[in-house]
Amino acid sequence: MKSVDEVADAMYEMVKDAQAVKKKLKPMDLTKAMIATYGDEVDKKLCKAAIKELINSGRCVYTYFGGSFIEIPHREGAAND
Amino acid sequence: MADNLPKTPQLDELEKGGWPSFVKEIKMAAKGSPMAVDLLGQLEQSYTEKIGHWKHGGIVGVMGYGGGVIGRYSDLPDKWPNISHFHTMRINQPSGWYYTSDALRKLCDIWERHGSGLTNMHGSTGDIILLGTRTEELEPTFEELAKIDFDIGGSGSDLRTPSCCCGQSRCEWACYDTMGACYDLTMHYQDELHRPAFPYKFKFKFSGCPNDCVASIARADLSFLGTWRDDIRIDQDAVREYVDRGMDINEEVISRCPGNCMEFDGKELHIENSFCKRCMHCINIMPKALRPGTDTGATILIGSKAPIIEGALLSSVLIPFYKMEPPYDDLKELIEEIWDVWAEEGKNRERVGEFIQRVGMGNFLDAIGLDPVPEMVAHPRENPYVFFEEDEDEDEDEG
Repeated sequence: MKSVDEVADAMYEMVKDAQAVKKKLKPMDLTKAMIATYGDEVDKKLCKAAIKELINSGRCVYTYFGGSFIEIPHREGAAND
Repeated sequence: MADNLPKTPQLDELEKGGWPSFVKEIKMAAKGSPMAVDLLGQLEQSYTEKIGHWKHGGIVGVMGYGGGVIGRYSDLPDKWPNISHFHTMRINQPSGWYYTSDALRKLCDIWERHGSGLTNMHGSTGDIILLGTRTEELEPTFEELAKIDFDIGGSGSDLRTPSCCCGQSRCEWACYDTMGACYDLTMHYQDELHRPAFPYKFKFKFSGCPNDCVASIARADLSFLGTWRDDIRIDQDAVREYVDRGMDINEEVISRCPGNCMEFDGKELHIENSFCKRCMHCINIMPKALRPGTDTGATILIGSKAPIIEGALLSSVLIPFYKMEPPYDDLKELIEEIWDVWAEEGKNRERVGEFIQRVGMGNFLDAIGLDPVPEMVAHPRENPYVFFEEDEDEDEDEG
């Protein structure tokens, strides 16, 4: 089995790549991608723990734009300074 | 500060009449809150121009949580600087909305220190709504709320804050401990409440009886409606007392029974309980004479929603009768099966009821591993939506 950190790192790269092309990913998108990539080496529980790790460490944040997504922290478009 | 209130001739109209007025409340708050002053000003401007001046934020929140904070910014920050940030916080209400006055004072004190002081008790999902704060005040507010045992509620694509009626704490009709069930599932599903992982929102609502005081059948993705499976308890003396005092029992009760299962022979009321639809009408009209049975539990229904993306849906029966006794292990297993299937196959912003409509109830039941039963109907004794396969009929015939 992969470790939580390994999966979290892979998820982080996915989020970063998606954000570069202005695409937003939901937690289930990440989970499905990890299962597709690593097969039996990951499961949903591990992916959930990896997402938790990404959020708790502050490397990623939850965002809401009609639905909830996972993104790398960035300045809010609507924000007033 | 109240002397500096902006002129609000249009909002002032909303203070007239016999109804409570949010304008009156905002003006009261404006005596000590600069945010409330600017809120009045911007709102008056919106009414004049017929244009909303709020921008939606999508990132603000507290560390580790993905729900419970709804970002709002004014699009006129130079004109109304005190509401340039005006985020809403949803706070998980206590089960049944019971508070001590001390808890309410502490909540309000925290909000006056960190926000506008304006609240909405309560939002339509049931949360305590704290209206208007700045981004930098979110974490300090969260920390102070945690010290008095309040936590943030749900928002976004997560489990929304579960809510329940007051149940057995005050209501003699409650068929199970709504507050206990609501609290148990709220605590058990903290991750699902704070970490959005679903295609869209998901709501639990717990009503103690079919009167459904929290309207779970119309609003909850999973509705828990108290019911009973034995006979309605009848006090025949009390029935006669109603009649002696002038109640037209045929007009007010019997003719309105949707199951046509009641008869009054002048002395005794007879109920054919196998035809009773548990509508509560007779019990509501003659509360001294009739009571729900004693073998109580809940009917669990799935799929209702208010109209947002698509039209409104009412829940339909999933589990005809469940005893609703802690620790609810098999119920939790079923809930997690439903979430698994919906999270994997549901489209973005598709509620579970819409998902079931799209894939079909038969396929959905297959996927969650639940056998169809005849009681799974859209309306009592009407429109069964479970169609048994031909070979199943044959098997039954052979058996």
